[in-house]
Amino acid sequence: MVSVNRLQKAFGDLRVLRDFSLDLHEGENVAVLGKSGSGKSVLIKCIIGLIQPDAGSIIVDGENVAGLSNNSLNDLRLKIGFLFQSNALYDSMTVRENLEFPLRHHAVKTSKKDMDELVMEALTNVGLADAIDFMPEQLSGGMRKRIALARTIILKPKIILYDEPTTGLDPITSKEISMLMLELQKKYNVSSIIISHDMNCVKLTANRLVMLVDGTCLANGTYNEMQQLEDPRVKQFFD
Amino acid sequence: MSRKKNTISGTISELGELGAFSAKFFRQFFRPRFEFSELLRQCYYIGYKTLFLVGITGFIMGLVITIQSYPSMETFGAESWLPSVVSVSLVREIVPVITALICAGKIGSSIGAELGSMRVTEQIDAMEVSGTNPFRYLVVTRVLACILMTPLLIIISDTISLYGAFVGINMKQMISFQLFLNQVFEKLGFGDLLPSVIKGFFFGFAIGIIGCFKGYYTKKGTRGVGMAANTAVVLSTFAVFIIDLIAAQIADIFHFT
Repeated sequence: MVSVNRLQKAFGDLRVLRDFSLDLHEGENVAVLGKSGSGKSVLIKCIIGLIQPDAGSIIVDGENVAGLSNNSLNDLRLKIGFLFQSNALYDSMTVRENLEFPLRHHAVKTSKKDMDELVMEALTNVGLADAIDFMPEQLSGGMRKRIALARTIILKPKIILYDEPTTGLDPITSKEISMLMLELQKKYNVSSIIISHDMNCVKLTANRLVMLVDGTCLANGTYNEMQQLEDPRVKQFFD
Repeated sequence: MSRKKNTISGTISELGELGAFSAKFFRQFFRPRFEFSELLRQCYYIGYKTLFLVGITGFIMGLVITIQSYPSMETFGAESWLPSVVSVSLVREIVPVITALICAGKIGSSIGAELGSMRVTEQIDAMEVSGTNPFRYLVVTRVLACILMTPLLIIISDTISLYGAFVGINMKQMISFQLFLNQVFEKLGFGDLLPSVIKGFFFGFAIGIIGCFKGYYTKKGTRGVGMAANTAVVLSTFAVFIIDLIAAQIADIFHFT
């Protein structure tokens, strides 16, 4: 589904990604672990075309992201959902308008009736059908995350990129969000890349873990395999 | 010395970026798809929501200028000239500039803060991921709304300021509204209104583009949002005076004075 090959990205003198490679297969959930500022968010923003890499290639569903025109990139983005760390809900719009926004702007031909159905389906999936006419400021942190998740899945993407999906949430809500991610993966058969520091979320949701250290892939394996590694840079995440 | 050099090169580089941002506005303006509903929403916020403030300021300006001019005119026995003198100075210069300054303060800061906060909370990135061109959706609509609404606000404020002038004259002597209007339009013509409306388009463009530029490229989190709003007001206020200066020179060349 996604193949990242020898990706490089620097901001001035700071080299964030150095020959980083990653493969995501169909139906798989891969968690990328790493310290804050190690380039995890940069990686997924490169995958969705928000940041241009300096070198390397990113193939998503057979298409090279770097070589795409704006229109082709928008078409590709129909297949990719992105859950932002800050949720990125449009605070001047209601929940309904937030969810309708991708439907209206992705040039998807949808009638008003179909749009209403898709909005209700997405909200029902996250258990917040009653919040349809709320403004984002009226919602709690966990509710906002759910609404953001509903907006991410409304176009039924094949791939979802999660940028720290449980950051800032209490342990109970974090677990609820993690379970929801698993549920949606099963329901829509999506593949995911999950950026997270929350080891409980990673343990629950990821089939495979990738450790990003100094811009490269230091280790790669299942949760149990990674837990057995002696490298202190890996071990500190499991202690 | 090197800090001074950095400040100068930083200012030149920022002006270059602002120029490129303005060029992008014109390129994007002519490309589909046009966000008409967002433009209407912005016209409502920028025009209607500023109307009260602009109207009350226009009234006060008319009143104050008349009250302050009256003693000087009375000294020369030229009280009957007061409506025409005051109305020309109000319509040609005072009202357009004061209205633009109010717009710079209210609209420039609000655009800078809104876009800045959208940038730091990743809402602009979310729009891009949602298949929207955020520049067209956020910047083109807001700048266009400023271009359309500022001249309209100036015309409304001109009208209200003339009523303020009428009230001001009536505080000193009795004069009918009909006579006041006759005296006003003895000197005030379309040639006085047109330059102020044309100036309004440029004021609107400067306020909108500077507010959007500062907000759209906000960095450094919430501190950056505050800085964006603040510098948007400072720069657009400065731009209003520069445009006014250029407009005065152009009006002089083309004998509009």
